[in-house]
Amino acid sequence: MKRVVNQSISIRRRLLLQLLFVAILLSGLLYLSVRTVADSAVERTQDSILGAATIAIAEELRGGEEGVAVDIPYTAFSMLGSIGQDRVFYRITIGDETVTGYDELALPTEPLNGLTPLFYDDAYRGLLVRAAAVERSVLVNGKALPVRVIVAQTRTSQQTIVASLAERAALLGIGFFVIAVGLSLLTARLVVKPVSSLVEAVGRRGPQDLRPVQRPVPRELVPLVTALNGFMSRLSVALSRTETFIAEAAHHIRTPLATLRAQAEIALRQTENEEARQTIRSMIRSVDTSARSAGQMLEHAAVVFRSDQRSDEQIDLSLLVEDITESYEPSAEMKGVRLVCLPHAHDITVDADRILLEAALRNLIDNAIKYTPKDGLVEVSVISAEGFARLEVKDSGRGLFGAQAAQLTGRFQRGANVEDVVGSGLGLTIVKEVARSLNGRFEIVEREEGGTCAALYVPLRSR
Amino acid sequence: MRFLLVEDNSDLALSVQKRLSLDGHGVDWAASLADAEDHLAAASYDLILLDIMLPDGDGRDFLASHRRAQRDTPVIVMTARSAVSDRVALLDTGADDYVTKPFDFEELEARVRAVLRRRSGVSQTRMTFADLTFDPLGATVSFAHETRELRSRELRLFEVLISAPDRIFSKGQLCDRLFSASEAVTDNAIEVYVGRLRKKIEGSGARIETVRGVGYRLTAA
Repeated sequence: MKRVVNQSISIRRRLLLQLLFVAILLSGLLYLSVRTVADSAVERTQDSILGAATIAIAEELRGGEEGVAVDIPYTAFSMLGSIGQDRVFYRITIGDETVTGYDELALPTEPLNGLTPLFYDDAYRGLLVRAAAVERSVLVNGKALPVRVIVAQTRTSQQTIVASLAERAALLGIGFFVIAVGLSLLTARLVVKPVSSLVEAVGRRGPQDLRPVQRPVPRELVPLVTALNGFMSRLSVALSRTETFIAEAAHHIRTPLATLRAQAEIALRQTENEEARQTIRSMIRSVDTSARSAGQMLEHAAVVFRSDQRSDEQIDLSLLVEDITESYEPSAEMKGVRLVCLPHAHDITVDADRILLEAALRNLIDNAIKYTPKDGLVEVSVISAEGFARLEVKDSGRGLFGAQAAQLTGRFQRGANVEDVVGSGLGLTIVKEVARSLNGRFEIVEREEGGTCAALYVPLRSR
Repeated sequence: MRFLLVEDNSDLALSVQKRLSLDGHGVDWAASLADAEDHLAAASYDLILLDIMLPDGDGRDFLASHRRAQRDTPVIVMTARSAVSDRVALLDTGADDYVTKPFDFEELEARVRAVLRRRSGVSQTRMTFADLTFDPLGATVSFAHETRELRSRELRLFEVLISAPDRIFSKGQLCDRLFSASEAVTDNAIEVYVGRLRKKIEGSGARIETVRGVGYRLTAA
């Protein structure tokens, strides 16, 4: 059966993409916020050390008669130096005049507020530095002078720390992203799971199983399942109505025909006149023809119907062939035709619809017996060849009279040499339909020694 | 042979009854399953011919209970349905064989014979004439410690002739017994089989005599 499904966007994929987009966004945000917090934390820590050192120096400022004295507390620098290999600069000024230190160190541009350090970034001799500045009034000659202490430090260590923190933030972001991807996959699968298990439950059903779906489904799927169940119950009603109709139609056609035929046979028995007898015989043939046509049309309909909903099973062809051949023995015996099932291997199995396969085989054997004259021979055999089981029915009948398989398998097409044999012209059509449905093929050829060889190929069961 | 015919359509039932009686069979007719049960309780039959659609039930249910009750009268189902879907189901229910309506009586008889042969194996209905012993189910004729097999039409021809020795059968009568009514044959086709049968019983104490212008009869040599 061909599956025609409109391709549409998968819910799972769409959900996954959305979740991944959110994950990327959140990972980025995480990275940025961790970095920002880390940067400012590092800066604050550095600043407080720098500020403390600056204040420590400022506190050592002494006023006097002649000027300002400062006893640089080297512990202050060692405090700074402990951080790493950064260089430290200082400058002490009264007003804009340098008292001691590196006088190229820039002065703060903003006004200072006593011993509360002012921090600012600066460049000193091409080096990026962070500077802290405090101001303290020192009495010199009874006069309060504003003394500014500036301490600056290169930022190498800070940058190293920041870089390593950034690296960790990045790792954190990536880790978060990876976990989010995993969780997204899981979520997407869990969300789609009720749908796929519903699909599996419906897909596993045989073609004849039209019971409503009973399994619990999420609330969102209830309308779908309700619609599905409604559809299946309507289908089941329609199918059983069709089946009943076919059975009743057959009954109502065939029963009166059976009566007619029986009465014609009685008339034949009671008639001695050769001409009348021939008339009755041809009447009986007409009855048989109509019955057969009706039967074959119903069978053809049934075969076409089943082709679309095969119910496959494992079939041992050798058993099937023996069984069906045996069921035709009385017909063959009556016609004086010898019907034999040739010896064959016993492990030829196929996966196929039994009813389809039987319909095909019965039509082949029936044909062979019909077209074989008395004392003729019909041979049925099954062999496996190149991945196919070959069901073969050979007869010693009248052959095909030059007709080709394509002509004979058309609907209501019959050979040119069959006027005197009852037939509907649907037998080989049914066989061909079965071959098509079972992914096999059908061949019919004239045998060189006379008669016909019909072969149905069905794919062997894969092991 | 004695048949029980279970069929609700009276036209068909009466025709079948009459047609089978022409071949010398006794046929009782039951129009419903209840009727059939009554007949089966009262008499024994060689074979039941069973319709599927009956007014008081499904023939398949009857078949199933028939088998459950372990009654072993063989059953041939007469089905009006498409042969495709019913075959397996019918045979699974316990039918010995089935025929599709409208059926050929010669074919029905061939099937009956096959069913009985499968059932009993050996025949209890041997017939004798002169020094001949005829076993219709085994399809053999024997005389003077010699057994010969008969092919299907020879068998039926001999069955007819031995059923009434010395009676003259016309070519038409014999033809009706040998060929399906739908076969396009002329009554002269019988001559071939008479010839073959003569060879089979050559040397026995019986012979087939041609009564010119009338037909044939089996008579003592």
